[in-house]
Amino acid sequence: MAGDKEILNKIRSVKNMQKITSAMEMVAASKIRKAQDQMNAAKPYADRIRRVIGHLGAANPDYKHPFLSERDIKRVGIIVVSTDRGLCGGLNVNLFKRVISDIAEYKKENIEVDLVLVGAKAVQFFKRLGGNVLATTTHLGDRPKVNDLIGAIKIMLDAYNEEKIDRLLIAHNEFVSTMSQKPDMKTLLPVSSIDENDESLQAHWDYIYEPDAIDLLDGVLMRYIESQVYRGATENFACEMAAKMVAMKSATDNAGEIIDKLQLIYNKARQAAITQEISEIVGGAAAVSG
Amino acid sequence: MKTIKIDIVSAEGEIHSGDANMVYVPAQMGEVGIAPRHAPLLTSLKPGEVRVEDVDGKEHFFYVTGGMLEVQPHLVTVLADTALRGDELDEAAAKKAQKQAEKALEGASEETDLKRAQSELAEANARYRAAQKLKGK
Repeated sequence: MAGDKEILNKIRSVKNMQKITSAMEMVAASKIRKAQDQMNAAKPYADRIRRVIGHLGAANPDYKHPFLSERDIKRVGIIVVSTDRGLCGGLNVNLFKRVISDIAEYKKENIEVDLVLVGAKAVQFFKRLGGNVLATTTHLGDRPKVNDLIGAIKIMLDAYNEEKIDRLLIAHNEFVSTMSQKPDMKTLLPVSSIDENDESLQAHWDYIYEPDAIDLLDGVLMRYIESQVYRGATENFACEMAAKMVAMKSATDNAGEIIDKLQLIYNKARQAAITQEISEIVGGAAAVSG
Repeated sequence: MKTIKIDIVSAEGEIHSGDANMVYVPAQMGEVGIAPRHAPLLTSLKPGEVRVEDVDGKEHFFYVTGGMLEVQPHLVTVLADTALRGDELDEAAAKKAQKQAEKALEGASEETDLKRAQSELAEANARYRAAQKLKGK
């Protein structure tokens, strides 16, 4: 029967899809741990660099680096960290919603917004909807590298130095747990005052600077921001994998349900065909013998 | 004998942490040897080798492409870079990111169409919720 065959074909194709989604689920599950490790590996560097900045602040109370002082806000920059690939549930959509609502908020106060985009999904989104995008970087892969981020970050830091933007924010997903990720918006610049009560430091001391205090402070702060963005990128990747695992698991479950339903329909159709055939034979036999 | 704590970290992970008798670092102005109770020092690094002589007198070598060095009397912190740096290299990277943006967003408007963005996102969300509901049935 033609109807039977069609249903069988459909079942086969759903089964193939299910194989793919369950494979993707397993791949994502195995990548979560690695991504989390990578996310945590970025922490010691950020902690140490914070400590150095704290020391610097204590040693140089007179010199106030622009990265450390608040300004009136006329324009803000946002670094949006998204994923490169889809199939990860509402992860990117939720993040973009947060970003858009923040942009709307700023617009209300007549504050312009510049964007730097990380990840192909953000590029797609803002290409469609517009936005003053200064730089993008995509295809970071499974292990985001600081190297891939430097250029995009530098654009924002330069804009901040030239007072084109007065605040720099980063938007990425926060890894709460494997089951839950939530969009997060953090301020990168100005760096919130770092209070380090290190009692081992005496009241009056200063570093020996080689070659120059201001350049060194520049370098340290730049690296600090970079490490923050890097952490955002690795955390977002861990979120992507977790969200993908959940999305693919539910896709696999859904495919299972569809297969069950189709199987039922197929069985019913076969039953109906057999019943009809029998009744035809019986009817035919009755006609001949009658 | 006094020892000094040494931490070598990069943005992509912790490289080495422990106590040492002596640490040699390729600073911008030449290699420096740091013994315990060294005066506070802050300097940038050149590509080269960080040598750590640990408490047992064993030597450990780490290659760094650059970075920062902070010395406190009881503590040495090496903030290693994971990539080759330099003003020109950074500038080139920035140019590249900018070009990429121009290419990727060709024809896109500079103003974010907020109304459209919000309605599209709401729609996507509604679709997602509907799918969840269907599943729950």
